[in-house]
Amino acid sequence: MGRLSVSLAGLELDNPIIPASGTFGYGYEFAELYDIDILGSLAFKTTTLNKRYGNPTPRIAETASGMLNAIGLQNPGVDKVIEEELPKLRNCFHKPIVANISGFSVEEYKEVARRLNGQEQIGLFEVNVSCPNVSGGGIHFGNDPALAKEVTAAVKSVSDKPVFIKLSPNVTDIVAIAKACQEGGADGLSLINTLIGMRIDLKKRAPVIANVTGGLSGPAIFPVALRMVYQVSRAVDIPVIGIGGIGSARDVIEMMLAGASAVEVGAANFADPFICKKIIEELPVVMDELGIENIRDIIGGCK
Amino acid sequence: MRDMKQSLFEISENKQIALNTYRMKLRGEGPEAVRPGQFVNVKLQPFFLRRPISVCDVNEDELTLIYKAVGEGTKAMSKLKDGTLDLLTGLGNGYDLSRSGERPLLIGGGVGVPPLYLLAKELRKQEKHVQVILGFNKKDEIFMEKEFKDLGCKVIVTTADGSYGIKGFVSDAMKDFEYSYFYSCGPMPMLKAVDKTAKSEGEFSFEERMGCGFGACMGCSIKVKDGYKRVCKEGPVFERKEILWED
Repeated sequence: MGRLSVSLAGLELDNPIIPASGTFGYGYEFAELYDIDILGSLAFKTTTLNKRYGNPTPRIAETASGMLNAIGLQNPGVDKVIEEELPKLRNCFHKPIVANISGFSVEEYKEVARRLNGQEQIGLFEVNVSCPNVSGGGIHFGNDPALAKEVTAAVKSVSDKPVFIKLSPNVTDIVAIAKACQEGGADGLSLINTLIGMRIDLKKRAPVIANVTGGLSGPAIFPVALRMVYQVSRAVDIPVIGIGGIGSARDVIEMMLAGASAVEVGAANFADPFICKKIIEELPVVMDELGIENIRDIIGGCK
Repeated sequence: MRDMKQSLFEISENKQIALNTYRMKLRGEGPEAVRPGQFVNVKLQPFFLRRPISVCDVNEDELTLIYKAVGEGTKAMSKLKDGTLDLLTGLGNGYDLSRSGERPLLIGGGVGVPPLYLLAKELRKQEKHVQVILGFNKKDEIFMEKEFKDLGCKVIVTTADGSYGIKGFVSDAMKDFEYSYFYSCGPMPMLKAVDKTAKSEGEFSFEERMGCGFGACMGCSIKVKDGYKRVCKEGPVFERKEILWED
């Protein structure tokens, strides 16, 4: 085990850096830029049962220290992902991946997981119950503890792999949802997804994003994500993947001190496509500076 | 993404050349690989997202960008005097030069004009008979007329208000041309008018708000005849026959 290695519900990662779902496609696109085998893992674009075209454009707006997106879960559908996307990824990434899935009913979540379960490449499921940009799906299941628990149990019932639930920050009490997922049998939690926001075009006096609202990501949300990871990781007994505004090795260490066992890097990939590589290279240097021998030793280490 | 590179470029010039329009020259590694119609994505402080800007010209280690200062980012860019800029280069598909035929027509509107310059230069190297229509709103917005003429292109300028050249739109001027193929870039109403007027096959370069500029975020997907394509990756240039025009 190297000094960067961490463990997620039995899955060993060489390092805690995972590109976040929706910011890294199905991975192979980035393999043209650098050797993506250096990553701890990668979370592929949210996959649903049926093909989805997503929302109308504009889907993107800039904000102070971040951005809004309302893509709307564009993806080719689970069967095409298995037939076309995963084989392409297999050629350039040789570690277990995070399969991010979503649905519009409990049955649909279960069916997507069932179809993907046999794929050897998949190390764990990350169940997206927190997409703010589609109606009737995603966040609908993450806002209600009973539904979140039901989705968790449904996916668990068909999965041989660890099941992580990706939580929304757009709730009154994220700890209550986290506990419900744990009760449903979740092996871990990923948090946070984006915060719902909007921008208005002053000349048009209309929303910048065609969907009206979008999900806020980027450095602007880092303190919110950190706070939620801190609260949730103290309230549950399962590992947490910290997500939200991470863009440097220092952010990674801060998030792990708050209680994350690994992290996902999201919007930062858009501003700098090489950011995950840079963070992985920067981590040992910053760890030396801070007197950290093994990164796993600092998980939840905030006094 | 095969062509994409991240590198630092030194600003060697940043000068106003027309109303709200600036020309920036940059020196650095890697521009030699840029094809006509491709774009770069420029990191500007303190903005989070990069700004996609089409490439106007490439000479050895020098890259020329012509851009309009319209939003906060490009306004900040117009104020830069020197220093370095972090660029992603080699983005997008670019125009297909092999389809030009002997008498291609290049149709540019406003800030859609710059990428046609590198295209015209490459087509002239192949000794094509290059014809160009440049459309602007009014006289003080006009740029690059001389540069296209210096390449040996036949150039017609239109202005909406008639303050220079032919009064009207590029689509009005198109009617007087004979052409084997066309290449266009400009605002959406212009592209639609070009499509309605054109008598040959051709290509359109599109603009869309982008998150990443290299195919990862799906922010700039547009609907085409066989599904959705990313303006930044499968585009920005699309063939006339694959486009679905929306009202």
